[in-house]
Amino acid sequence: MLISEFLLLGAVLFCIGVYGVIVRKNAVLVLMSIELILNSVNINLLAFSLKYNDISGQTFALYIIAVAAAEVGVGLALVLLIYRNKRNISLDELSEMKG
Amino acid sequence: MLSTLLASDVVAPFSSPKIDYHALAPELVLAGVIVAVLLADLFLEESKKWVLSTIAGFGLLAAFIPIVTLAVSGHRARSMFGGAYVVDTYSLLVKGIFLLAGYVVVLLSQNYLEEGDYYQGEYYFLLLSSILGMVMMGSSRDLVTIFVSLEFLSIPAYMLAAWRKRDLKSNEAGTKYYLLGVFASAVMLYGMSLLYGDTGTTILKGIGAKLQNGSMSPVAVLGIVFVIIGFAFKVSAVPFHNWAPDTYQGAPTPITAFLSVASKAAGFVALINLIYVAFPHGGDVFQPMIGVMAASTMTLGNVMALRQTNIVRMLAYSSISQGGFILMPLAVAGGKSSGNALTAIVTYLAVYAATNLGLFAVIIAVSRKTRSGEVSSWGGLFSYAPLLGVLATAFLASLAGIPPLGGWVAKFGAFRAVITSGTNWGYALAIVGAVNSVIAFGYYGSLMREIWMKPVPDGDTAPIRTPSSLNAALMICGGATLALGVVPGIILRFSDIIKL
Repeated sequence: MLISEFLLLGAVLFCIGVYGVIVRKNAVLVLMSIELILNSVNINLLAFSLKYNDISGQTFALYIIAVAAAEVGVGLALVLLIYRNKRNISLDELSEMKG
Repeated sequence: MLSTLLASDVVAPFSSPKIDYHALAPELVLAGVIVAVLLADLFLEESKKWVLSTIAGFGLLAAFIPIVTLAVSGHRARSMFGGAYVVDTYSLLVKGIFLLAGYVVVLLSQNYLEEGDYYQGEYYFLLLSSILGMVMMGSSRDLVTIFVSLEFLSIPAYMLAAWRKRDLKSNEAGTKYYLLGVFASAVMLYGMSLLYGDTGTTILKGIGAKLQNGSMSPVAVLGIVFVIIGFAFKVSAVPFHNWAPDTYQGAPTPITAFLSVASKAAGFVALINLIYVAFPHGGDVFQPMIGVMAASTMTLGNVMALRQTNIVRMLAYSSISQGGFILMPLAVAGGKSSGNALTAIVTYLAVYAATNLGLFAVIIAVSRKTRSGEVSSWGGLFSYAPLLGVLATAFLASLAGIPPLGGWVAKFGAFRAVITSGTNWGYALAIVGAVNSVIAFGYYGSLMREIWMKPVPDGDTAPIRTPSSLNAALMICGGATLALGVVPGIILRFSDIIKL
């Protein structure tokens, strides 16, 4: 079994995702980075599920895929809302409130 | 294994899990009400949309009935789905808090929505969905169930925060809440996958049996840390609090009340489930972490609140600092004052819900007249709206922890929990908490001074008209705040009942 390779891939994807969330200023790219993190979680769960020969990890991954789809739906709707009002989706310019 | 299952010729016959419908009744009733609201919205004319809030309100009260019948039918824990969903006295108590808080939020929303001309059907549909997620969270005892409940309660809340579609502030509130919330749940999921990897099970009880102080693998430690960080976002603990002030200020005021009370309480309930069932022997990892977060949350929330001029924003920071007080007992959970800590947190959640919702009801009532969120707009409130002035003072005093209002029982419980732990750590937290209770009086007191001593701005002393739903909300919250403070026995009795 190649457990450690899978886990390494998961860890690398997780780090890329977190880096993207912190550095990127475009709302859609931040959403994509979050998807990367969620997929790294799925890889982890599948690898562990194989290791333990236990099906609950795979069910967990299915739930994550389904919920992630719902989340992205809401996220894109919010981005669209901002685009309609501002003609711009840069997160830096979202600063109506201070203090 | 799915692959081997599909390949094998002999597939084990599927046997459906045994379902205890009585235990699931609150969730089932709520689900029915959600569908009813959606269908009624489809067939009602625009002028009759007010019926929806009535359906939502009575639906929440109807869901409360099975909780009462479950509570009187014995204190036996009902466990379902292999231990993933447990209905016990603790979960009944927090479900009751969520349903009543939800009912008050419906009362607060009624006129706000009708006069603001917002989409009512969708609003109540999403609000009820979020409450259903919270009710499920009370019973979740499995990583998958916790994750699903968390998303169930969060996703509708993201949309509700951005409800005023054409207002840029509301858009910003929703987007910030969404991005940080989703990021936090992604980090939490990574932690959960590591916990699953270390223990080989997603059932919290199974995880709790495997994780022991001193013999934990680094993977498990990392898992616990990530999971707690994920929920720290939800309860807006410092340093993961940045979203809270902007979201609270930009969202519609009833939703701010909802987020700062119910959504935050749901985060704490999830933390309690995890810490008490999955990491009871992992105190070495989570105690220092939560202790530092509690101390910095109280302090930073208070210091920032002192310099705010917008009432809602001030209350946002006040709610962050109250979150620190609720975290404080969690920092000594797992030690010898575990039981005290659990009672303290649940008590604090109940009292805080009543008080904070009441204060938001006053804010909504006053801003119907002043149309302003500035602290100075509250000048001389007592002279032209004596009842609102007295109620606001009572709620502020309760938040500050002055007897005989509910707040002091909550604070007393929190301090008792950390001091009875008998560790230096607990004493240090108690001192930080005591200093912060004094600082907090600075801004609560300045609001009181506005109400009682300052002149009315522009000399406009026309009385405030409050609609009956708002009056009902004020009455419920005021009564609960006073009752919990005068007869603390109501709540202190819980300590005999709730055990995890």
